[in-house]
Amino acid sequence: MSYDKRLAAPLLISLILIGAHWSYGILRGYDAILLAVLSCIAAELVLSRLLLGQRRHLASAYISGISVAILIRSPMLWPYAVGGVLSIMSKYILCVKGRHLWNPSNFGICVLLFLGPFAVAPLSVQWGNDLWPMLVIWAVGAIAVWRAGRAHITAAYVASFFLLAFVRSLITGGSFVTEIAPITGPMYQLFALFMITDPKTTVASKWGAVAVVFLIAFVEMLLRLAEVIYAPFYALFLVGPAALLLEMWWTSRARAPQARSAEISGAAEGSGASRRSVRPRSVGRHPHAAPLPGRAPRPG
Amino acid sequence: MRLFRDAGIDGAPDPGTRRLLRILATLAFLALVLTPLAIRRFSSASDVAEAGLSPRAALERYGFVLQEVSADIGIRFSHQAPRLDPKLEPIMPAVASVGAAVSVVDFDRDGWQDLYVTNSGAGSLNALYRNERDGTFQDVAAGLGVADVNRPGTGASMGAVWGDYDNDGYEDLFLYKWGRPELFHNDGGRGFTRASERAGLPAWINANTAVWFDYDRDGWLDLFVGCYYPAELDLWHLKTTRILPESFEYAQNGGRNYLFRNRGDGSFAEVAETMGLVSRRWTLAAAAADVDRDGDPDLFVANDFGINELYLNQDGERFREVGREASVGRAPKSGMNAAFGDVLNRGQWSLFVSNIAEPGVLMHGNDLWVPTSDSGEVPGYRNLAGAMGAELAGWSYGAQFGDLNNDGWLDLFVTNGFVSGEKRDSYWYDYSLVVGGNRNIIADARNWPPMEGRSLSGYQQDRVWLNDGAGRFRDVTRAVGAANPYDGRAVAFADLWNRGVLDVVVAYQRGPLLVYRNTVARKHHWIAFELEGTRSNRSAVGAEVRLYWAGMERVQQVEGGSGFAAQNQRRVHFGLGPASLVDKVVIRWPSGAVQTIDSPALNALHAVTEPR
Repeated sequence: MSYDKRLAAPLLISLILIGAHWSYGILRGYDAILLAVLSCIAAELVLSRLLLGQRRHLASAYISGISVAILIRSPMLWPYAVGGVLSIMSKYILCVKGRHLWNPSNFGICVLLFLGPFAVAPLSVQWGNDLWPMLVIWAVGAIAVWRAGRAHITAAYVASFFLLAFVRSLITGGSFVTEIAPITGPMYQLFALFMITDPKTTVASKWGAVAVVFLIAFVEMLLRLAEVIYAPFYALFLVGPAALLLEMWWTSRARAPQARSAEISGAAEGSGASRRSVRPRSVGRHPHAAPLPGRAPRPG
Repeated sequence: MRLFRDAGIDGAPDPGTRRLLRILATLAFLALVLTPLAIRRFSSASDVAEAGLSPRAALERYGFVLQEVSADIGIRFSHQAPRLDPKLEPIMPAVASVGAAVSVVDFDRDGWQDLYVTNSGAGSLNALYRNERDGTFQDVAAGLGVADVNRPGTGASMGAVWGDYDNDGYEDLFLYKWGRPELFHNDGGRGFTRASERAGLPAWINANTAVWFDYDRDGWLDLFVGCYYPAELDLWHLKTTRILPESFEYAQNGGRNYLFRNRGDGSFAEVAETMGLVSRRWTLAAAAADVDRDGDPDLFVANDFGINELYLNQDGERFREVGREASVGRAPKSGMNAAFGDVLNRGQWSLFVSNIAEPGVLMHGNDLWVPTSDSGEVPGYRNLAGAMGAELAGWSYGAQFGDLNNDGWLDLFVTNGFVSGEKRDSYWYDYSLVVGGNRNIIADARNWPPMEGRSLSGYQQDRVWLNDGAGRFRDVTRAVGAANPYDGRAVAFADLWNRGVLDVVVAYQRGPLLVYRNTVARKHHWIAFELEGTRSNRSAVGAEVRLYWAGMERVQQVEGGSGFAAQNQRRVHFGLGPASLVDKVVIRWPSGAVQTIDSPALNALHAVTEPR
């Protein structure tokens, strides 16, 4: 039985969740997290079957469900279901060239915070009184993102946050300690370890990803200066899709001459095999993108 | 089958079906995005419609209306907040945010309810409003020696509870403070004598709640005192700014609580630790009731920045904390109020705990704990605040149960609002910035950005929730005339004019004391009981009165403190609805004696003395 790498993130987030709830009782209740996870999984099953004709791996839906359940707080139950389903639906509805633009749980959470603040709030308190839970989560999370090859993203974001927190403290005249307070809490741990490192909604190149998270941190700074409480979520919501669209445009622009020359070359040689060798590369597609709907493989 | 195949259930959909499915999915997605807006619109529609009701229409529809009459009856009280150490100046409004309190007492035993109101500014005066029996009140605190209790160096009043600790027939006053707590002996209703030293009270504590109850059922009232800040802190002379909670959900660096056992000779023994009350959470409220129905009073403690606690009384020998087992102490919130009431007329104690609900920022929501069973060793509870419509009120503080329209069901009055400053400028962003940080950051007041006059959940309306008898509370605040812009802290119910209705008194932080005179439609009946213990404590605090009528059973009790910084009248009031007969009333006295009264007269106050 081989280890499925895709299970790493779900396992880690589950361990964090279980540990945090066991230690500090962080969950609003089991009903909320069950509802969020089941909503996400059900939406994933139904939409992948109906729109793609295939069954997707459920690890992503599971993470989205857990993220929604942890990152929003509501005394009601409906936000967990609505947030979960919205997160998954955004993957299928808001996509360009078969690639979804928003991190699913970020999308669901932002919609809830923007349109339903009367019923929800973001996770805004720490877990426990000790330094140790924070250090353990950062350490375990750092190992996980390093093994997944995404550590540069988290590291760049954390460094950017500290740098821009210093800038904010200069601008506002406030204490630097106050400005860095949020990153010592669990919301930022989940944000920096899981949300901004999502392979499907980050740009492919290493330095591109670093530039994007700096931009996220910068927009977050602007939002914080405007006293927007949900600054990190909104910053990712605004910057993430823009960066992906830019990447797509850039890649297609770079590959267009190649494709043209290949077509010209193929036409000159009169070889159908050459054309086939170009087309499946699917210009502008991301290595992690979902299969294009028209080319969805039929289940066996 | 073809339909399922077309829909892709049995393989990939064809392009036409796929297009159709995509359109449908997109429409569903849009509908889902708009769902929060639709829910909000639906939930606010009824409130808007009822705001325009005339008093006559409201009386017709809901059976009661409230009229604010404080100035007309001679009450012109304005609360002053304490001014603490200058090191706290940047966040002073948030730290010095409590102290407005009200407790109801008939201190001179004339049969008319009086009001004691606390003030908190240095040198400010507390007030004892004597009911003049002509519809007006007169402040007699200064003449009787219970006004000048906030002198610099002695701390600031936070609240008061009344109980006859020496069984002489007159209610004595316990005043809890951030500072030196005081016990005043009631000298026959003609004056008060300071009895703090003789009682053995501590020299300095930072208390925010107290409850009289006879936990060992020896016939002498004992006293629980719940503290917020540690006793070591003199908030006017701080050596450090690291005085705030170490966590906003798991803090255990608050003040210890106290349990004073009445020796019966005017002195008390402090027994909290030996009785198992060892918590260091940030206690804001407490209430006692016999939740496990074993005959002795249990204790519920509401804590800010953490979980609440339920202490089961084990025959007066020890308290066992069962909050987690009973479910009431699982989720950490901002417990600010504790009030028991039988909201379903099942003869069981439900419990209301107020919390914070700030849209989009902090959504703890109030708790309405309804018993699922009280037959086991540990009673079980389920939070039905959401299902019953009593969950979201704002930054809630004091709340009380009482039948405001005498329809036979307990209604709920919740007062709200934290700091009202600049209307358009909120402190919530700064609050959320720090509150998510590590304890080393949030516990130090220096790390909190200055408030600079900004609001923090300010200008929030009180809520009057009408129990419809079918499991729902309906918000009728504006319709019945209880909307106001002040920062509410304490609520108390009393029949101020002996009319058989519950009037409402609300104390506001840095604001007035408002008295709402209740006008109730005549179609409903009522009955009330004034109890006096003989073998039990003379105040009869803890006596349970079970009323059986119209196929229902309701339990109420004589309280020694309830809500937040408040105490209702000792008299037990029942609304009966249109019923013309009460089958029987069963009184269980704190001593354990049970007394049954068959078919008592309606629309009357019954004075009942415990059989010897």
